[in-house]
Amino acid sequence: MGQRTPLYDLHLALGAKMVDFGGWDMPLHYGSQVEEHHQVRRDCGVFDVSHMTVIDIAGLDASVWLRHLLANDVARLDVPGKALYSPLLNDEGGVIDDLIVYRLDDGYRLVVNAATRDKDLAWLESRRSGFEVQFRERPELAILAIQGPQAREKVAELLSASRAALIRDLKPFEAHFEGDWFIARTGYTGEDGLEIILPALQAPAFFNDLVGAGIAPSGLGARDTLRLEAGMNLYGNDMDEGHSPLTSNLAWSIAWEPAERDFIGRAALNAEKAQGVSQKLVGLVLEERGVLRAHQVVRVAEIGEGEITSGSFSPTLSKAIALARLPMATADRAEVEIRGKWYPVRVVKPTFVRHGRILI
Amino acid sequence: MSKIPADLRYAESHEWARLEADGTVTVGISDHAQEALDDVVFVELPEVGSVFAQGDASGVVESVKAASDIYSPVGGEVIAVNDEVRDSPELVNEEVYESWFFKLKPSDKSELDKLLSAAEYAKSIGE
Repeated sequence: MGQRTPLYDLHLALGAKMVDFGGWDMPLHYGSQVEEHHQVRRDCGVFDVSHMTVIDIAGLDASVWLRHLLANDVARLDVPGKALYSPLLNDEGGVIDDLIVYRLDDGYRLVVNAATRDKDLAWLESRRSGFEVQFRERPELAILAIQGPQAREKVAELLSASRAALIRDLKPFEAHFEGDWFIARTGYTGEDGLEIILPALQAPAFFNDLVGAGIAPSGLGARDTLRLEAGMNLYGNDMDEGHSPLTSNLAWSIAWEPAERDFIGRAALNAEKAQGVSQKLVGLVLEERGVLRAHQVVRVAEIGEGEITSGSFSPTLSKAIALARLPMATADRAEVEIRGKWYPVRVVKPTFVRHGRILI
Repeated sequence: MSKIPADLRYAESHEWARLEADGTVTVGISDHAQEALDDVVFVELPEVGSVFAQGDASGVVESVKAASDIYSPVGGEVIAVNDEVRDSPELVNEEVYESWFFKLKPSDKSELDKLLSAAEYAKSIGE
């Protein structure tokens, strides 16, 4: 038996098909993954993501420490309430994890992946000495992601006037406390929406209210196809410790300025850049019928080979799409091997769909 | 509980087979199989004229989460494939026993007897 979120019984009552995900028993879908996907693109859906790990950071050196620890720069969070995405790198420039960091009034809040929890905490502990900093995990909290074009309005209508006002005023990548709820306008679907971190004891009633208001309960299956269409990486598939952010389509999340900021992995990334980055993470679109899957081999005529890191059927495009790590010189065509046959694919920027619109 | 029509024969690999009045055999996958697969998004069918032995891989059905081979429940020559299922794979989820994959001219009708009855199939999937 895996670990259970506070919503486990509710998932079963709603008819969820449960799967193991990083040691947690999580809902894959509640009937149809494809239908849940469409609901989020067109209206909104709610995901239980309480398996993810919340870590609060305090102390005089919290900011200095995170500026050393993260490839992105928390100095960009000029006021409390702002958030940013960052890779967490090792000394070789490999990606230990990816995370969101929120600036609080008196410190920072990290949300990291469930499957990487243990090694993340061990890494933070190992890099703490010399800094006046404390961090603590918050397992007593649950996280609900309500995502879709109607998400903020529908949630606001269910809540108190003060929470509703906060939700309507939030800017993208902004988050604030309202009582003991932490309400963020962030997500992992390519749609507008919220991530709400709240006491576990309050989560089932809130989830019930959301479902009662017609917001579709949505599982990890839809979460995966939504993030893939949005071109967002999945840790362990599209990035890992064996690959740098430069070959993982994450260069945008590295803060190179100021040049004197000495973050972990910087020297290795500089060396990689000086040598010439050899690969890139791109999007693939299969125009013929079929499904692209992780680990299928990709070949690029006269250039070389690579591999699909994530692939699936895109419900929005009604065709197969993938992320793939290919030689840097790859242009706009490649071929993928599926069951011994080679199929032509288009190579595109890995953002297939955003805010309900097809971009490729 | 999945639907298991009593008039069909079943393979342990979750295909159904129906002997038609004209002596041909129609093949699809079971309700239990489509439920386990989840949303079907792609069906690869054999070419008309292909010849299979009983148990040969004869096609592929892919859902959002996985690819799964289809095995021919009896041997024979493919005489028709269902283009409708190829064009609209979601039909496999919506009406699984109408959504046949291909029809065979069986080489040996007695192979049907080696398949499971509805009751035996129900037992094999724990229902």
